[in-house]
This record gives sequence, C-alpha cells and structure tokens, in this order.
Amino acid sequence: MSIGLLLLIILGLGLAGWLVGRQRAVASVAGDIRKLHSLPGYYGHTVFLMTTVPAFLLMIAWTLAQPVVIESRIADMIATSDIPEGSSRGLVMADVRRIADGLDAVVARGEGDATLAAVGVEGADIRARLAEAGVAVGGEVKPSVLAAALEYRALSGTALTALAAVALILALAGLGWSISRIQGEYRARNATEAFVMWLLIGCSLIAVLTTVGIIASLVFETAHFFRLYPAADFFFSATWNPKFGGGSSLGIWPLVWGTLYVSAISLVVAVPVGLMSAIYLAEYASKRTRSWVKPAIEILAGIPTIVYGLFALITVGPLLRDWFAQPLGLGSSSSSVMTAGLVMGIMVIPFVSSLSDDIINAVPQSLRDGSLGLGATSSETVRQVVLPAALPGIVGAVLLAASRAIGETMIVVMGAGAAAKLSLNPFEAMTTVTVKIVSQLTGDTEFASPETLVAFALGLTLFTLTLGLNILALYIVRKYREQYE
Amino acid sequence: MKDLVMETRVDVQTVKIEARKAQVFYGTNHAIKDVDVDILDKTVTAFIGPSGCGKSTFLRCLNRMNDTIASCRVEGKITLEGEDIYDPRVDPVQLRAKIGMVFQKPNPFPKSIYDNVAYGPKIHGLTRNKAELDQVVESCLRKAALWNEVKDRLHAPGTGLSGGQQQRLCIARAIATSPEVLLMDEPCSALDPIATAQVEELIDELRSQFSVVIVTHSMQQAARVSQKTAFFHLGNLVEFGETSQIFTNPRDPRTESYITGRIG
Repeated sequence: MSIGLLLLIILGLGLAGWLVGRQRAVASVAGDIRKLHSLPGYYGHTVFLMTTVPAFLLMIAWTLAQPVVIESRIADMIATSDIPEGSSRGLVMADVRRIADGLDAVVARGEGDATLAAVGVEGADIRARLAEAGVAVGGEVKPSVLAAALEYRALSGTALTALAAVALILALAGLGWSISRIQGEYRARNATEAFVMWLLIGCSLIAVLTTVGIIASLVFETAHFFRLYPAADFFFSATWNPKFGGGSSLGIWPLVWGTLYVSAISLVVAVPVGLMSAIYLAEYASKRTRSWVKPAIEILAGIPTIVYGLFALITVGPLLRDWFAQPLGLGSSSSSVMTAGLVMGIMVIPFVSSLSDDIINAVPQSLRDGSLGLGATSSETVRQVVLPAALPGIVGAVLLAASRAIGETMIVVMGAGAAAKLSLNPFEAMTTVTVKIVSQLTGDTEFASPETLVAFALGLTLFTLTLGLNILALYIVRKYREQYE
Repeated sequence: MKDLVMETRVDVQTVKIEARKAQVFYGTNHAIKDVDVDILDKTVTAFIGPSGCGKSTFLRCLNRMNDTIASCRVEGKITLEGEDIYDPRVDPVQLRAKIGMVFQKPNPFPKSIYDNVAYGPKIHGLTRNKAELDQVVESCLRKAALWNEVKDRLHAPGTGLSGGQQQRLCIARAIATSPEVLLMDEPCSALDPIATAQVEELIDELRSQFSVVIVTHSMQQAARVSQKTAFFHLGNLVEFGETSQIFTNPRDPRTESYITGRIG
C-alpha cells in the first residue's frame, strides 16, 4: 500500500467521521440544535481532527525514523573488509540505498519479483540491469552490498505495511473514541479552539526549529573547518588567496571589508532617497499621486537581481569608469565597489520607502494636528514630531534594507568583480562574503578540504554580522523610542 | 444656577474674531451656512449643539486647520482684529501661532514634558536662550496648573502622564506660543470628572489673558465656563448671546428644545 493511498483512506475516514459526528450530535438532542453546546459542525470537526491528526503525525514520525532504524539493522551485514579504501560506511550505505531504489525501478518496469530473486543469485549482472532501469551504480556491486540492498527493500516493504496497519488502527481508534464522546453538552467548540492553538504553536515551532537547525549545521561545519585550518589565520590574516592544491591563505578581512563597503555605499544611496520619498508619499502627496507613485516605486523591488547586475555591468560600471574613475585617476576597472553599491542602493530603495511610508502613515493624525495647530510647518512637523514617533519602524526598515544589501550576491559578482582586496578606493574591484561562499562551493570540489569548508565559516560570520546589526538596532530603538498611543 | 452670573464687563470688551456669512463646504456638502459670530477678547465663548451640527468645523475655520482637509472650502469673511484670515497674503502657519488650539483627545508629542511645552517657542524662535526658554516652560506649566505635579520629572515622556495631566500639558503647550485666542475642541470629552473640573477651572483663569472659544457637548460645562454661547443646529447658527440669557431665556424654540433635552 503506498503512502498516498494511505493518506487518502485516512482522509476519507476523517470526512466520514465528520458527517457521522455531526449527525450524532444533532441526533443526541433530537434535532433541536439550540440545545447543543456548539454548532453541529464543530462536533464534526472534533471527529475529523481526532481521526486524521494522530494518524498523520504517526506517519510523519514513522517516515522520518524508518531509514535510521532500517540502516542500523542492515549496517551489520556489511563487513568492514567490504568497505573500499578511502571510503566510509556511510558511503557504502548510500550505495545500498541506491541499489535498493534501482531494484524498485527494475520491478516497476514489469520484470517482476521472479527476476529480482534471480538477480540475487547472479550478482554480477546487476549493474547492467540497473543501468537498463535508468539507475547508474558506480563500481562493482559486492555480494554483501547486494544482499544488504535486498534486505533493505524487504525491510522497507514490511515497514510500510506495518505503518499502514498501525496508522489505520490509530485513525479508527480516534474515530471511534471521538464519536463515543459526542453528546449535547460536549464542548466541541472549545476542543476545536484548543486544536487551533496547538496548530499555531506547531507552525511557529517549525520556524524557530529551522533557524536552530541552520545555525547548528553552520556551527558544526565551521568547527570542522577550524580543525583543518587555524582559526587565528582565518580571523587575523589580511589576504584571501584560496588554492585548491593546498597552502591557501583564507583571511576573512578582505571579504568582510568588501561586504561592509558595498553595503555602506548602498545604504548611503537608499536611506535618504527612500526615506524622503516615503515622507513625500505619506505627508505631501495627494491620494491620486500616491496611488500610482507607490506601486511604481515598488516595481523596483520586483526586478530580479540579475537584471540589476546586468545594469551594473553594462551601464553603470562603464559610465563610472569613463566619467569618474579614469578622469580622477582612481582606476581603470569597470567593476568597482561604487558600481555595485550604487546599483544595490537603487535595489533596496523600495524596502526603505515602502515600509517607512506605512510606518509614517501609522503615526496618529492627532499628533500632526497638534503640531500644525501650534503653527508649525509641514516639514517642521515631519522632522520634530512624525519622524521621532516613527523612528523604531524606520530603523527596522533600514535594517531590512541593510540585511538585503549584505546578503546580496548577484549584483556584486557582476558589478564589483570577484577579487578580494583591502582598499579604500571605491573605484577598485572588490568582493563580498556571499560571492566567495558561492565560488568556494560551486564547481568540482572535494567536500573535506578547508577551501570548501571555509564557506561555512564565512556563512557563520555573515550570520553573526547581521545578528550583531539587529541587536544594535534593537538597542538604538529602545534608547531613542518616543512612544505614542 | 449661581454660576450663571451675568458678566457685565463683556459688553465693553473689544471684538477679537468676527465672522460674517461664513460658509464651509466639504466637497458638495454645505456644512456651515451663513454664520455670523463675534468672539470677544478676554471672554470664554462656548459653541454648543448636537453632534454633526458643524460647531467643530466652524472652530477649525478660525485658525484655518481646515486647510489640511483637501475637500474643504471656506467662504464668507472671518477676520482677526479686522484682518481677513482667509486673505491670500495671510500665512496660515503664522496665523495658527496666534490662534492656538487644544484638541478633543489629549495629543502630547512623543517627547519629554519639557520639550512638549518648548515646542512652540522653539519653532517660532520666541526665546533667546535656554534660561528664557526654561522660564517660559515653567510659567506655562504653572498657568496650566501642572507645574507642581511635573516639576520633578520635566524630562519624563509626556505620554506617561494621566489623561487629565496630558490635556493640561496640551493646554500649556498651546499657550506657550502666547496666542491671542485659544480654541478648544471638546477638551474634556476624554477626561474623568475630576480632571474635567481642573481643566474648567483652568479655562476660567485663562480668560484673564486670552480669548477662549470652547466647543462642548456638555451644557452644564458651557453654562459653567462661558460668558457667551452660540447654539449651532444642522450647520446654522441658531442663536448667539449671553450664556445666562441662552440658558434661562432662549429666544429660538430650537435652542429651548436642545437645552431642555428634546433634540440632540
């Protein structure tokens, strides 16, 4: 029985339960639904939820646990001598899984279980057969590995049957129990409410746990990196020069400097322009102007970053080189920090302006009236009353723009180049942390060398950087917040 | 009704604001029709009337706060000391400094108590140095009967005060620009009876220095604090006269119906 079919059956049971539950509730008060504690539908809901939710949860837990359990049972079947030189048990187990999947494909091609049994005997043939079914297996298949794969298939099949049985029993038990509870005064409405709360808690937990998981994996791989490469060199060296042959120098400072430099330039562009256009939209523009200017600005946010990258590469870069960098004698490269910073600044304008506009609009009109009533002009009112009141939100908007700028990759690759350098000259090519993460992880790379693993250390550094920015902003907001009701 | 003692001084006082055939339109809606009112100096004038009768709208015409509403249009003549306030040469920003306003809901700025009061003097450059500004702030807070309650925490946020204190802070803020007229739009409607009593007492004291116009829903309040009363109904000024006369001997049947509780 496949998982999909099982899901359908349980869902069907749930729906049937909904109908039965509703009917039973109505019948328990002889059709007078005013005597029920809750609306009849709620009784249906409780039955549906009790039938499906535990069964689904079980299925999720089971499918997560199943591979782990099965592999621990099979692992013993492969002797240490069967593991090739330079490989690990984990890699062999991956082979086992692939062969098992391949066997599934063979069976699916209609060659039946009889063939499969034969395959078990004449193991040498297995590669050709798997290749026929579209599964490529590298290297000779050892008999023990094949045996393990067959066992893996068998166990998986048994496990699936067992899962189906247990899930169905659970669903039926839930169905029976919840139907038996239904009578007129059963508080089905409150029970549904409690379920909704748990659903919401569950969803927020998923978000939190994912973050924790990402951080954990970053920390884990970073620790791995620091075992291969001295942390002191990473943090205190000022050169970035990875060599895949070994002997590379992986100092983070050129990258951090590039990131901060590009982001700073982009914020210098985006914050004043975005904030002032937000003020215009919120305080000065008529409703009609606002209704077309605001969407027009927001279109900027919808342009893919690669298009901005093209703009930087083709237009802004050469322009800056020909009109500023060369005449001023500051460089002759069309890729420069300034190019990437300017284009990125344009990209993040809508983040600043759109959010700030909403925040400024949320400042109560009574504060503006109060200030205007004292004889202040509109701009005095904005400067002295509206902006201080909107400050926390504006700082949030700027931060969002900052984290967009720090995390941006494509514009930097195309606008600022990929050369890691420590320089103050804004017309020189530099690069950022994100660009280097991409370049260290793409291509044919071995996943155990410091040159690759450094990407995780870079990722963690970037994460720490943005976290630090967030904390700083929270502090600023707390300190300078001017609260209004 | 001993509050309704006739103020004989009223008759000899000068006219501060004079409205003749004032009309207000919101789009095509004719909200105020042919209003003629004389606001006297050093007098409290109350505007009463049922909700939606236009009294707040008319009040907001007097310092051109209606300019901030795009669809609003004012016609007729309103003068401040003989000068037409809707004349194109008049700067509404300067006008509002001369005609202060206190709103229905206390709206202290999200700033310290000190900065709230200092706001007007600062933007108009009324003081030459910090010491002078300190003095202005103190005297305004004293006039608003708030000084004793806040003198130890002038730099605490104004929004942290209680509702009544906030409203007195807003009054202090309004008088800090030394206006000639103080407009109050239902200043006590968000306050409890004790705070209301304090603000009313304050209004009575302010009368010695300013001309005060107050919009109120409470007829008792109008009777207690004002010397002149204007009754508005459906955008018309129905009756305008001495408070004591309006409340004891109204000439118009509509006024009588309203003050006896039959309409509104």
